[in-house]
Amino acid sequence: MFEPTELNAHNWRIEQGMRVLFLGMTLLLVLPVVIILAVLVYKGGPALSWAFLTENPTGGMTTGGIFPALMGTIALVLVALIASIPVGVAAAIYLSEYAPDNWLTRLINLAIINLAGVPSIVHALFGLGAFVLFFGFGTSILAASLTLAIMTLPVVIVSTRESLQAVPQPFREACWNMGATRWQTIARVVLPNAISGILTGIILEVSRTAGETAPIMFTGAAFFLPFLPESVFDQTMALSLHLFVVATQVPNVPESLPYGVALVLIGMVLIMNSASIALRMVLRNRKKW
Amino acid sequence: MADESKPQPQAPKHAIQTRGLNLWYGDFQALFDVDFDVRAGRVTGLIGPSGCGKSTLLRSINRIVERLGYVRTTGTIDVLGHDIFGANVELLQVRKQIGMVFQRPNPLPLSIRDNVLFGLRTHRDGDRKSRPSKEVEAQIVEESLRTVLLWDKVKDRLGEPAIRLSLEEQQKLCIARLLPVKPRVLLMDEPCSALDPDGTAAVEELIWSLKGDYTILIVTHNMAQARRATEECAFMLHGKLVEHTETAKMFVSPKNQSTADYIEGRYG
Repeated sequence: MFEPTELNAHNWRIEQGMRVLFLGMTLLLVLPVVIILAVLVYKGGPALSWAFLTENPTGGMTTGGIFPALMGTIALVLVALIASIPVGVAAAIYLSEYAPDNWLTRLINLAIINLAGVPSIVHALFGLGAFVLFFGFGTSILAASLTLAIMTLPVVIVSTRESLQAVPQPFREACWNMGATRWQTIARVVLPNAISGILTGIILEVSRTAGETAPIMFTGAAFFLPFLPESVFDQTMALSLHLFVVATQVPNVPESLPYGVALVLIGMVLIMNSASIALRMVLRNRKKW
Repeated sequence: MADESKPQPQAPKHAIQTRGLNLWYGDFQALFDVDFDVRAGRVTGLIGPSGCGKSTLLRSINRIVERLGYVRTTGTIDVLGHDIFGANVELLQVRKQIGMVFQRPNPLPLSIRDNVLFGLRTHRDGDRKSRPSKEVEAQIVEESLRTVLLWDKVKDRLGEPAIRLSLEEQQKLCIARLLPVKPRVLLMDEPCSALDPDGTAAVEELIWSLKGDYTILIVTHNMAQARRATEECAFMLHGKLVEHTETAKMFVSPKNQSTADYIEGRYG
């Protein structure tokens, strides 16, 4: 009485087909990542050396290292973070903890989502108009970083807000019922429990910011500048633009050089992402619920 | 209430008095002309079928219901002889004087010790600079946990997350954390309904031991509990207060037919 029917067999075939289909799509997704990394390591690996990381480019950027570009990228990211974290986190706290649920809040949320969808080249032109020309920062680290900050703000806000809203509501109610103000509740209960998610979001943002090219191209990144910037009002080289330049603009570049630059850039991003995962694991263990 | 640490010269007979209390959630009227007197120092139960407004009434008394935003209230609520809707009333003081315990224990994601001290650190005796010493804090933690009959179980692990306690212990902790700021009134919204029978008995015992020192108002769905653990009982139906009398009287000879039908289990 428990023998399979024709229908069972048919359903089983469909089941197997679907499983293979979904698995195939997943592998298809992973494949490019693996290929990119393999090609970069294979072709760019020979270019890597301590000197490559610590020396200035020479010979019309066909020899030497990438030191100014590496430092420039770090500077751009740091200044962008200093600008975007306080604004983004504060805005997220307002939207998650204070804002009433009305049309204005919904409009703000809509604006943030749309801001996240603005193409980076549009941000670049905005940065050029606003920071370079209108505010008179010139093409500088400051102008480029502020452009990057504006571009990453929506993502910082959304990821922070999601971390805040992951803190269960009864905790807030318990605090309010004891006569705690909203800020006391946020400072003592909500933020300590949301901090791991907030930091993870920020670090992932860093890795994205480091690779952006278009927004810094018009606003502060230099084609070739073989010394370090002295202040945020100076221009700087950056890894992403340097990669673009050596790959497309400079003749007679040895093949391994652009791959080497790309490998360093990807290495930075991977280190950042690993750091964020490690941080999340450490902080999650401290959670008290 | 200039100095809440000393008993007032003449404690009013009624800890809570409502007059003509109406409450609307948007267009829906949840309370109709409620006149309710809760005697100071007693345990009063609030019973009635689901949706009768008993939780709404409870939540009006510390004004937490207003947080929903679309709530409108008319009438008065006096707590310890003071109008809680008065012009000079600080909402945070209302919440401090009137502690609330929820259906599901909701300890904060902090250590046991920090849960007990949370209210104290929030209010700091109303003085920005006052910060109790470690010894004073330790003493307050011990007193509060002793009062809720939890001290012996947790005294060696005060630094542990409160969430690791059993539900019964969590609920006791939620009561303990109200005590350091010396509230006068404790509101409890079905405080035992998430607990097993042993936990229920333990928390009922605790409630009984707190009467006299605190005015306690308990919403409950459980007739047997209302009978066991309260001194007075109020029956609500469709947003109206139908009957309020001594518990013993209500369960033996209810005046109102709908009260009688409810406590006999004919509906609800």
